[in-house]
This record gives sequence, structure tokens and C-alpha cells, in this order.
Amino acid sequence: MNVKNFRIDTLYGILIVILLLPFMNSNINFRHVMVIFLIFAGLGEAWNIITGFAGQTSFGHAAFFGIGAYTSTILFYKFGISPWIGMLAGAVLATVISVIVSYPCFRLKGHYFAIATLAVAEIIKQLFISWDYVEGATGISIPIVEESVTSMQFHSSKIPYFLIAYVLFLITTMTARYIENNKMGFYLKAIRESHEAAEALGIDTTRYKLYAMMVSAALTATFGTLYAQYILYIDPFMVFTLEVSMKIVLLSVLGGLGNIYGPIIGAAILIPLSEYTRVYLGGTGKGIDLMIFGALIIFVACFEPNGILGLLKKKRSRRRGDVYARADA
Amino acid sequence: MFMQEPMLEVQNVTMKFGSLIANEDVSFSVHKGEIVSLIGPNGAGKTTLFNCITGFYRPYAGRIYFQGRDITGRPPHEITAMGLTRTFQIVKPLKEMTVKENVLTGAFLRASSRKEAEKIAEEVLEMTSLSGKKDMPAGSLTIADKKRLEIARALATGPKMVMLDEAMAGLNQTEIKEAMELCLNLKNRGITLLIVEHIMEAIMPISDRVVVLNAGKKIADASPEEVTSNEEVIKAYLGERYHAKSKKSEHGV
Amino acid sequence: MLLQIILSGILVGFVYSLVAVGLTLIWGVMDIINFAHGDFLMVSMYTVFWLYTLLRLDPLASLPIAALVTFVLSFLTYKLIIKRVINAPGLTALLATFGLSLFIRNFAQYLWTPNYRFITTSLVTDKKLEMGSVIIGIPQLVAALGSIMMTFLVVWFIKNTKTGRAIQAAAQSRDTAKLMGINTEKIYAVTFGISGACVGVAGALLATFFPIYPESGALYSLLAFVIVALGGFGNIAGALYGGVLIGLSEALGGFFLGTQFKYAIVFLIYLLVLQFRPKGLFGW
Repeated sequence: MNVKNFRIDTLYGILIVILLLPFMNSNINFRHVMVIFLIFAGLGEAWNIITGFAGQTSFGHAAFFGIGAYTSTILFYKFGISPWIGMLAGAVLATVISVIVSYPCFRLKGHYFAIATLAVAEIIKQLFISWDYVEGATGISIPIVEESVTSMQFHSSKIPYFLIAYVLFLITTMTARYIENNKMGFYLKAIRESHEAAEALGIDTTRYKLYAMMVSAALTATFGTLYAQYILYIDPFMVFTLEVSMKIVLLSVLGGLGNIYGPIIGAAILIPLSEYTRVYLGGTGKGIDLMIFGALIIFVACFEPNGILGLLKKKRSRRRGDVYARADA
Repeated sequence: MFMQEPMLEVQNVTMKFGSLIANEDVSFSVHKGEIVSLIGPNGAGKTTLFNCITGFYRPYAGRIYFQGRDITGRPPHEITAMGLTRTFQIVKPLKEMTVKENVLTGAFLRASSRKEAEKIAEEVLEMTSLSGKKDMPAGSLTIADKKRLEIARALATGPKMVMLDEAMAGLNQTEIKEAMELCLNLKNRGITLLIVEHIMEAIMPISDRVVVLNAGKKIADASPEEVTSNEEVIKAYLGERYHAKSKKSEHGV
Repeated sequence: MLLQIILSGILVGFVYSLVAVGLTLIWGVMDIINFAHGDFLMVSMYTVFWLYTLLRLDPLASLPIAALVTFVLSFLTYKLIIKRVINAPGLTALLATFGLSLFIRNFAQYLWTPNYRFITTSLVTDKKLEMGSVIIGIPQLVAALGSIMMTFLVVWFIKNTKTGRAIQAAAQSRDTAKLMGINTEKIYAVTFGISGACVGVAGALLATFFPIYPESGALYSLLAFVIVALGGFGNIAGALYGGVLIGLSEALGGFFLGTQFKYAIVFLIYLLVLQFRPKGLFGW
């Protein structure tokens, strides 16, 4: 019981620290990094449900992110509907699409599944690029209106964006945590460990994978909406790209797969690094920022293959002298 | 007892892989509360038959009934949900989960809450003597404990009937004895068992009936005593060596 | 016109096949997704470009040099990076190769800017073969023929040399290969090297008619993934036919539905085929 309490306290501690950080440092770059950090940590948490828990590697989460971004943007741009409603609509649409694409994809296993998700995301990207109604490859600049909660636009401070990101992140993390500790989490992990054993335990594997994908897609889409409102411009290359999918994969794997702390740790390292190097080195257009980024990823993968969390676990169990230390993360 | 409807009824099951016939026209039934063993030399088609019964394969021909309901070709999870579950010859522990988490996963089939599942899991862990190892990752267990965990997980689903696929292979004498006791214990709790096993000394004393497969066909279906003296069975499978051995083990067990 | 489209689809398809053969080799032997595969292709293109610009060497003449460069690059990738992650859990190896891809791509951008570059005069530039109404560009034809030759060279190597057979054994089972006394370490490194040489040849051939820029390998990576999965992971014949199929569907899709949809068609074909063959055309 002690261990469990400790873990809960750790999560709440982390959540409180994150909430306080932007109020202790009013630097605009710092607050910007905090917003992006929360968005990507949240995306990682959502992705973790289908890939970390259920073991179904998705390289296509940009599809749901983009659908979230486009749904709210189109509704606002064409009909003046509040992005909050757009966010909800985006989540619903992403869920529907996740069901449609999951059925054919779930017939496939392992790498075949992963490539299929990538293919789906690329198809959706191509469709948006050549779809005139959504301004195709040109993208959409979201009309600037007076700042308000209803319009989800804030021009004088980044704090409101931070708070919205925080709430979305909180909802996502708590959802992931709830799933992890209940039937669905056990079922998803069983599917990850052995499809056959899961079936023999009475688990309808297809159905549970589908649930996981739906939840993951819906949550991912909400961050898409927020991202669009934050940047106030979207195009298919920005939101539907493989780079977005891979960024989510990278930070979660970097932090530690299949664990709710993983994406938080991964995003806490990757996002400041990529954002700050972009700010200080990216302006030259020489790609130094991404070079460093790439080198760092290689470095971590080579020297800490279980993710940062694996490293922490190893340290702790060594201290405890725990012979049953879990080498996995 | 034999008057009532059988728990499991296998009717004329044939299974082919391409031109290879793994099971040919196999029929037998298992009644409530029985321990039935399915034996036969390697390649006789025992595991294939297991896979057909539990829905992992769809038989080429024939029908399978569980408690009177046709389960032929139903997906494995539905069959488990009906109360017929199995273990695997090649153990499939959920490696990165602890022993208790493995069992909990099974328990969620009948439990409506985490709390209830925990209770079922504790009971099953106790029954299978795994309580002391409940926080170990399943991947780090010994082979004997992994086999035990297979059974524990299956029991946690609250089955009416369990099919054990070589649950005793690779165990030492003491462990085999424990496994035998566990089987009898399950029988006392009203759980019907169908066992595939190679270790004759272990199953003959506990089985009510033995079904013998050879080259995909059923060649005998009788009490252990009758089977061990059946000429065809001895010729096909048991051989003189076992004959001598079984005499000895009658005193041993 | 249709014949023309089909023909050009098949020609480019053979180049895709070669890129995919390289990728499928590693995949089959080591179960590793190499995200940097397409970036090796880009490196080969730049190698050819600079040899052409600085030394006036024709791309076809510098092809062996480019192949050697990517062989070494790929070999070193194994020795320095992959070796450390090959037994790591889950997606770690993928993380490493993605990092490498990012690094190489941006290093190229740092050195050579994001600008498009072209090789404007080579032995094959602007030459055409006219057969009635069908016109075939010589660069495309040479690229296809070169790719076929390289593909068969690789197949020959794997079937007929000792190292090749060891690669086959390792692809069947890592543990068995070890038991047979095969130095898996060496085999893996060589497999990576050969994989690099495949894209090296493809890159040099493509450089005669494709723009050269830091991202020019990205599309090939993506297509190669799809082709490899379409053919069945680790299956060389599958990669060969898969490449042609993808080349064809790209050309026909572009012709009938508009070029903006050609890659959507490619990905759709993948999804459709896998519905009937969940482990690829040649996978079991």
C-alpha cells in the first residue's frame, strides 16, 4: 500500500509543479514552451493508451490531431461557431474516423499495423491537401477576433492558453490513469503481452483495442483544436504530417512506454530542447536545432534503451536491492 | 451421472492443414465433474484438437457443443466467457505484468469492480500456492510457477470446465505431485477437467477416463485401467516400457 | 498514352523495388525499421552531385563510389548505433533510427542548404527513346535497368555466397544462426552495409533526373515502408513485386485521378491488399 500512495503523491506533486511553473516565470518564451509541453505531453498520454497499454503501434496519430484542428477551425472560419463546440465536434469526428479506420487496421499485426496507421494518416493528409473547401495546401488563417473564453483566442497573455492546455492535459492523464487501474487497462496490457492468452482469458481483443483507439483519438483531437487556436493558422503539412505522429511516438518512447509518467518525462525533455534550440539556433535556417535534437535522440536510445523512466527505475531498485526489479519500463 | 447432458461434446471433428490431416472424425464427450485425459504420441493431434475446441482454429468438419450450446467456430473469448477455458502448452505469461496482475486480468471476466476482482485473485493465488510470489513479474518465474500461473489465470475467469495443455511437462516429481493435487482439488470444487498430458504416472491415477488419439484418430476411450491394457493403445503408443513402469507407480502414488 | 503511363510506372517501380529490397533485408534479418534508409539515398545523391560538380564525373561513373559511401555509412550505423539497440525493448531501435534520420537530414541542410540542385548534363540527360507513340526517357530506363541489375546482384549474393547464406540463416532465426556458429555480429553489419549499397545505387541513378535536396529521401523512406509491408517483411521477391506494383499504382492513380492523389492511391492499395493478405503479398 505504501508504494501505491507514494506513486499517487508523485503524480499529484508533478501536476502541481507544472501548474505553478508559468506563474513563477513570466518570460514569454518560457510560457510558450510550457503550452507546447502540455500539448505534447497530453498527446503522448493519449497515444500511450493505444500503443503503450494495448501494444498497437500507431504512426498515424497526426490524423486525429489534424481532424481536431481542422474541425474547430472550419466551424469557426465558415460558420463562426465557438472553438469549444468545435473541439467537441472534432473529438466526436475523430472517434468516428478511428472506428472506420480501425476495423481494417486491427486485422493486421505488429509492423503491418504500424505501417497501416501511417498509410491512413498519409491518405487523410493528401485528401486535405487537395480539398478546396478547406483551402487545400494553402491552409487557413484563423480570423483574429477579440480575445475571450468563448472565442478561445487570447492575445495579451499566454496564461489562458496554458490553463486550457493544462485542463486538457489533466483530463487526458487522469483518463489514462483510470484506464490503467481498471479492467480496461488490464485487458489492454494483456492484449499487448499475448493476443492468444488474452483471448483465452475471455477478452474480446478487437473490441478492447477499438475502445482504446476511440478514447485515444478523441483525446488527441482536442489538442488539435487547442493547437490551431494557439497558433491561429493551420495547413495540412503542419498538422497531418508524419513529423507530428513521430514526435508523439518519440517523446513517449523516450520517457518510457506504457507508463503514465513516460510522456510527461519525455515531453519535459524533448519539448524545451526542441523549442529553445529552435528559438536560439533555428533562425539561421541551417537545421542545427534539429541536428542536435536528432543526435540527442540517438544518444538516449543507445545508452538508455528503456527510456528515462527505465533509468530512474533501475537506480531506485538498485538502491533497494530489489532482486525482482523490472528491467522493462 | 452419465445420464445427463455432457459438459463438452465433440462430434466428428476433422481438422486439416492443407493436405495434412491433424484430426480425423474425432468424437468424445466429457461429463460434469469428470477428469478426462487426452493422450497420444507426439503429433497425434492433441493440441490441434484443443485449439479447435477452444476456438483458436475453426474445424474443417464436425461440431463441438459446450453445455448443449454449439460453440463450433466461435471466437475463443466467447467460449471462455461461457465457462470453458484453457491453458497453453507453451506458456504465455503476461510477462511485464506481475503474477497478481496476471490473475487479476482473468478475474475481471466475472468481477464487476476492481475490488471484487482483487478478492477473486487472492483466492485463486492462495489455491494455486502463488500468494508468496504475487508481486513478481510473471516473466521472471520458474517454468513450474509459469505453468501454475497459467492454471491460476484460467481459474480466475471462473470456469465450469478447464482444459490443461501439458500443464505438468518440465516439472520435477514434487511439482508434479502438487499439480495432481491441484487437479483433484479442482474436481472437488466441481470444475470439470480435460487434460492433455504425456506423463502417464501423473494422469492415470487421477483420470476418470482416458481418450487416446493416434495419427489424428481416436483409438480408445475408456477407464485408465482398460486403456493401459488395450492392445491397440499399447502397440500405438504406450509400449512395453510404460507397462512395466505403470505397475511400479501404482504403488508409488 | 496509357501504355506510356504504365511503362513509366513500371520503370520507376523498379527503382522503388531496389530501395525496398535494401530495407526489407534489415527488416527480415534484424526486425528493425530503419527510418534513415531514405536519407542514405539522399547522401548518395549528394555524393554523385558533388563528384559531378567538382570533378566533372558523370553520375553513372561515380555510381560505384556512391554505393561504397552508403555501404560504409550504413555499416557504421550498425556498428555505432544499431548494435546498442538491437536487443532493446519495443520501439527503441526505431527511436534511434529516427534520430539518425533527423540528424543526417539536417546535417545535409547545414552543409548544403535546403536548395534544390540538379545534375544538368550527364551521359543520359534529356535523351529519349521513341517507339511509335511511346516515349521513354533514357535516364528512367537506365535507372530501371540499373536497379534490376543491382537487385539481382543482391539476390545472387544472398543465394550463392557463404556470407549470403549466413544472412539467410540469420533471417530465419537469430538463435539458430548463433548455434550454427555464424558470427551474427558480422552478418548484421554486412547486411546493413548491403542495404546501404542498395539505396546508394538507387540514389545515384535517380540523381540524373530528380532534384537533389536534404529531404529528397523522405518520400522514398515512406514508399519503401509500404512496399516492404506490402510484399511481406523480409521477403525480397515481395519487395521486388511490391515496388513495381506501387510504381504502377502511383502512375495510374496520378493519370486517372490527378497527380495530387497519386500517393493517396498508393497507401490505399496497401490497405486494400493487406485486407486479403494480412502478412503481405508473399508473407505467411
